[in-house]
Amino acid sequence: MSTSAQEILGVSRREGRRLMELWWQRMTEAAQTGHPTAYVFVMAPLSELLLTFDFVINAPEITSLQTAIRGQSQAYIQLAEDYGFSPDICGYVKADVGVQLKEGEHPYGRVPRPALVVTNNVCNTYLKWAEFWEHYYGCPVFTFDLPGWRGRESLREGTEAFRETFENDCRYVLGQLRELIEVCERITGKSFDIDRFREHLREANRMAELYHAVCDTNRHIPAPFNAPLEGVTYQGIANLYRGTPEGTRYFELALEEMRERVRLGMAAVPDERFRLVLVGTACYSHFRRFVELFSSWGGVFVHSTYMVFAGGGFVPGFGYDLGRPLESFAEQMVRATYWGWTGAMFYQQEWLDRVVRDWKVDGICFHGVKSCRTTSTGLPDVREWMRVQRNVPGLFIQSDLVDPRLWSDAQIKNRVDAFFEALAAHKAAVGR
Amino acid sequence: MNMWGAKKVVAGVDVGSTQTKAVILSPEREILGRALVDTGARLNEAARAAFEAALQEAGLSAEDVQYTVGTGYGRFKVEFGDTQVTEISCHARGACFLFPNTRTVLDIGGQDTKAIRVGPGGEVLDFCMNDKCSAGTGRFLGAASAALEIPLGELGPLALTARNPVTITTTCTVFAESEILGWLARGRKVEDILMGVHASIASRSLSLLRRVGIEPELTFTGGVARNVAMVHLIGEMSGVPVNVSEESHFCGAIGAALFALDHVLLGERAEVAAAAGGQ
Repeated sequence: MSTSAQEILGVSRREGRRLMELWWQRMTEAAQTGHPTAYVFVMAPLSELLLTFDFVINAPEITSLQTAIRGQSQAYIQLAEDYGFSPDICGYVKADVGVQLKEGEHPYGRVPRPALVVTNNVCNTYLKWAEFWEHYYGCPVFTFDLPGWRGRESLREGTEAFRETFENDCRYVLGQLRELIEVCERITGKSFDIDRFREHLREANRMAELYHAVCDTNRHIPAPFNAPLEGVTYQGIANLYRGTPEGTRYFELALEEMRERVRLGMAAVPDERFRLVLVGTACYSHFRRFVELFSSWGGVFVHSTYMVFAGGGFVPGFGYDLGRPLESFAEQMVRATYWGWTGAMFYQQEWLDRVVRDWKVDGICFHGVKSCRTTSTGLPDVREWMRVQRNVPGLFIQSDLVDPRLWSDAQIKNRVDAFFEALAAHKAAVGR
Repeated sequence: MNMWGAKKVVAGVDVGSTQTKAVILSPEREILGRALVDTGARLNEAARAAFEAALQEAGLSAEDVQYTVGTGYGRFKVEFGDTQVTEISCHARGACFLFPNTRTVLDIGGQDTKAIRVGPGGEVLDFCMNDKCSAGTGRFLGAASAALEIPLGELGPLALTARNPVTITTTCTVFAESEILGWLARGRKVEDILMGVHASIASRSLSLLRRVGIEPELTFTGGVARNVAMVHLIGEMSGVPVNVSEESHFCGAIGAALFALDHVLLGERAEVAAAAGGQ
């Protein structure tokens, strides 16, 4: 079906909002009816498998982020701190704890209690976060031990060392997946249906292709979308509707819209002057302001690491092998752990190097998150590497994911303004 | 065409968190007047007061000023100004004006410490600043001054007489006061405590400098550059000689005035000139 140009412009925002509302409607209904809900994380969302058992999927990182976008995160965070959580603990965790302490009451609806929590070790806070739910609700928690990056040489594809490491890791993860299936069967009383699982994988394959194609539209000058703005909707849909026809259709429309914007020369930031990459997250309690500080200088974020490691873990160039669904699912989880989750955080320079070249990037913004050591570790090293090895200027700023108390507007604006003054000099010097 | 008309000079006004500085510059880049006032709560009034005091020193009036650039945290409160430039760019530009071979700038101000690597024309190549906390800034010295009841200007010379400096471990400016009181209660000499305070700031500043890379010449700017103990420690810890000018405190305002001069001489091409590091 072809949609007219007039209808397609803005469709990703409209449809994104509709799908988010629909998800909240399902969550709220589950809270009322007691329909089994699985809590998962954006790094290893496992929707393809969990949907096979008809779980409603809750992604608490997304619900926490949404408290900030609605300007209500501080109240939830303070509830968690009153309960005993330290100010140093992850803002996402505390916003969610605040929601749970209010019996799931959220600005967008009601968060259901967990029938199952699936956590993993990719983020160390995930483990402690799951412990809270386990303690608070007495719910079952399944913990994946995902083997991360084990050093350079053993992960050079095509080498014998890689093959051996990869195969061992896949076997290890496959064993855990089989255990999880047993847990899901026990909780829901349903048998694992591999054909249904295969259908979810088929949808996820198509969605992955589309997700990367949408990201690729931003290689165009001017960029049709701003990674922290539209990108956060893409991430949300990629996680919450992964493996579903609704999710696939969404990205078909998003791609159509972005290609139309490219065709019409429509820029995400009018008078685009600087093309940037955002390393880390935006500060969602000051979401619009965060983006405005850059766009007021003609700066557009053409990509972000968050779109990679929190975009569902799709690895470019790899799809599920539908002939061997479970084995292939394990392989994708391992690949995503290597390159999407641990790799995107701890070996960022390799990804950045490619994005700087292919997306024609002028500078990089490194956003250190005060309450998240996982995403903030190593940022100065990566910044240094990109500056020394690639002559790409980098800005380092610091605030938080969702805690507005850690946003200092004058300090951040000062750094951003100085960065653009220097970036203008740099662009003039290198002749771009 | 005479782009100056009846006008004679340009101005730079640096509204910092603690003090506001203004400089009047001739077309030949000679400093004709300078002034410094406490910033206080009314930033626009501080900016105006510094501007007028600098003009008075130069024997000029506001009508003689062709172009004014505001800088510092209160740069948008220089309401009579023509444009704004951040103090990072201004300190870089000012440092290279004072010491043309400058390649690294350390500016320690009231609540910010900046390490800046600069190109030959004063263009910013890279910079690092203290994170969202005033540890390692001039405010840390202010806390010591208050706790020990010693005027700011006497802290440096007294610290240099230390024989057995203490180690200040806290990174919090507020908690530093209680740590200082703790050392006093343990009978340590004031000069030893003070040297510990200075070393703590210098150590954090060095960390920022190392992040941008220390390349000679290193020029120390900002109000804290007037403190002899800090100058001594920065030189000792960095291993390179440290440039300090009598005008260091005005470095940001000088840089702002130089950008103002660009605008007069180059008009719309000023940004290009700044980008290319032209002086």
